[in-house]
Amino acid sequence: MTATSNNPAPRPAVLSVEGHDLLFPTLPYDFTNRVAAATADSRLQASIDKATRNKDDLRKRVFAEVFGDRSDEIRTLAGSIKQHTLDHLDYYLDRFTERATDAGTQVHFAASADEANRICLAIARHHECKLCVKSKSMVTEEIRLVPALEDIGVETIESDLGEFILQLDHDAPSHIVQPMIHKDRYAVGRAFERELGVPYTDDPAALAMIARRHLRTKYRHADLGISGANFLVAETGSIVLCTNEGNGRMCTSAPRIHIAFVGIEKLIPDLEHLSVLLKLLSRSALGQPLTVYTHIITGPKRRLEPDGPEHVHVIFIDNGRTRLLQEETREMLRCIRCGACLNACPVYRKIGGHAYGAVYNGPIGALITPIFKGLANFKDLPHASSLCGACYEACPVKINIPKYLIQLRRDMVGGRITKRSERLFYKMWAMSLRSPRLYRLGQWAQKKMLRRKACAGNGRDERSVYVSQRWIERASGMIGQWTSQRDMPAPPMRSFRDWWVRHGDDNERI
Amino acid sequence: MNVSLLITCLTDTFYPRTGIAVVKVLTHLGCAIDFPDEQTCCGQPLYNNGFEDDARELAKRMIRVFESSERVVTPSGSCAAMIRDYYPDLLASDPQYADAARRFADKTFEFVEFLVKVLKVDLAELNVKWPGKATYHYSCHLRGLGMSDEATQLMRQIDRLEYVPMEKVDQCCGFGGTFAVKYPQISGEMVRDKVNCITATGADTVISNDAGCTMNISGACRRAGADVSFKSLAEVIAEGLGLMQPDESSASGQPVAGGGEEVESPP
Repeated sequence: MTATSNNPAPRPAVLSVEGHDLLFPTLPYDFTNRVAAATADSRLQASIDKATRNKDDLRKRVFAEVFGDRSDEIRTLAGSIKQHTLDHLDYYLDRFTERATDAGTQVHFAASADEANRICLAIARHHECKLCVKSKSMVTEEIRLVPALEDIGVETIESDLGEFILQLDHDAPSHIVQPMIHKDRYAVGRAFERELGVPYTDDPAALAMIARRHLRTKYRHADLGISGANFLVAETGSIVLCTNEGNGRMCTSAPRIHIAFVGIEKLIPDLEHLSVLLKLLSRSALGQPLTVYTHIITGPKRRLEPDGPEHVHVIFIDNGRTRLLQEETREMLRCIRCGACLNACPVYRKIGGHAYGAVYNGPIGALITPIFKGLANFKDLPHASSLCGACYEACPVKINIPKYLIQLRRDMVGGRITKRSERLFYKMWAMSLRSPRLYRLGQWAQKKMLRRKACAGNGRDERSVYVSQRWIERASGMIGQWTSQRDMPAPPMRSFRDWWVRHGDDNERI
Repeated sequence: MNVSLLITCLTDTFYPRTGIAVVKVLTHLGCAIDFPDEQTCCGQPLYNNGFEDDARELAKRMIRVFESSERVVTPSGSCAAMIRDYYPDLLASDPQYADAARRFADKTFEFVEFLVKVLKVDLAELNVKWPGKATYHYSCHLRGLGMSDEATQLMRQIDRLEYVPMEKVDQCCGFGGTFAVKYPQISGEMVRDKVNCITATGADTVISNDAGCTMNISGACRRAGADVSFKSLAEVIAEGLGLMQPDESSASGQPVAGGGEEVESPP
């Protein structure tokens, strides 16, 4: 069954057998059922809340410690480095291609996901690859690379511990940086027992050792290594890969072939710019100064070098990105996929990543998914935000996510994706606000209506601080949406304006 | 100092006592107050929902209404943020209004910000006394205004006010304007989280300065049976200066008289 069917809210156990289809739901996507499942699941919420707040607090603390009151300045600098590269992307793409080719790397360009996969499959077939080890990469999720490789008989193993677990358990990542944030160690223990035939354990250290033993044998026999890239340095033609587990190094040095999949937005001009972005990436993602491993890979192994791949390929992926390159939306491509906006987001903390129905989730996902896949296909995402601004504050490259979410809402109104009744409602509201007389009349009518509703609902608690209040406990329509979650205060008899007109003779009674 | 008040929809309708407190406190501090009665709404609900053209018209209207004001003060971080963060952008390419929008942004202040950054008040010097155990809700729009701990600085200057910080103080309460009615489940989870943080403090009063947040959180507190009252910092200061009667029964800032009989006529 699918989570988007009309059945009652599915349980998380049901969600987890859907595998990667979780990230590619039937379109148009209505996220109601997955939100209902997540908001009803207090364990899921508690674990996401704990993990995201922990990272978010750490991020704030290390930024304050290291950058102090210059935090904003370095974020501005990092943002301007990325923006500059995007402003001159054609130049830097050429430059990178030239330099990387000089170093022996083969550079490919793919306009679409299918094309990227085709290039990869051709390389795999050419070298008769049988076993692929892969490090974590969001863009390979985006293009659905793993099923494509498995289809031609290349066994493909995710080697990032989180991704490895998800692959074993037929689950999908729900966070850009902490892919299995929605899972606990008991679920991991059960998956290992079922899929690897090991005795059940939920001890994290024991689980990690089981995964390590399993992966080591794979690394030894793999003939194809696949990675993403955190940055590409144009001036040196280098691939920069930041990982914490060492699996990235194994994937890019043990097999004969290394293929790196990269979105075209990952370019930066030179190594000095890399130093700025590296200062921010891991601090933003996890609150740590640097990732444990930072690789700068420039070409395949040279003569006399004993280790490293014989062939290195970079596959640049567009897959909708050039649509964002227009001036109004270019800023969104600055994203370095640190996940800080997810950790800071109060909505993400409540609904988790799978509710977004897309590879990229959280605030940045809510922003780019509707652009990549069509506003009409993801009508909820631009609106499912309280616009609190925590994401913008957290973003190391200063993408003004709330502002752009509002722009998407504007495009929904302009494209008549917003419901007609809603458009009519706002138009009338706007009209009433252009005239003080109509404003006052509307205010009076609203007060009358709310106070009448409140009369009917009251009487539950004749105690304490609420006794003098009028509250609405149940209602229909829009107010009913409000009272489905909390009570609604009714306005007092007189407004501030009423008091202002009379004040002087009427003290503070209103 | 001449100050024009901007008291917009929610405060005007639901929390008039906050507006009154602002008038009393600023008058006490020597400001000359006026309230341009042509004002309606800053246009934020329209802007946030994608009705940019309508919001732009309202922005122009508000700019005209406050054209001659020296300084504009509002007890709503949300309205102040609309004017400061979005008006200049909205009107950037309008030759007639671009400069006026920037001027308006420059002269507009949130009430607490105005006390701390412009008037530079010290409530201890002013002998503000307010007995009670209070926690404070940081509303999200203060981020856009570049405000952090201004309100709690002031709270710490108030004699006999015991301030208990709440956990997750800068996590959104889930109001978000129409978000609260469009996605009630998500919004509900968010506000219940906030209620738990409030009750964990053991405070009897929540100081909350944005009307939208107050409606949301107080409504959720009542639903959960959490016995706390809500006040804006303006009310606390006005009471602490003896300019207003302390009103113990004014949960959510609504006075006793608010529950009274209906005698009124349409405007």
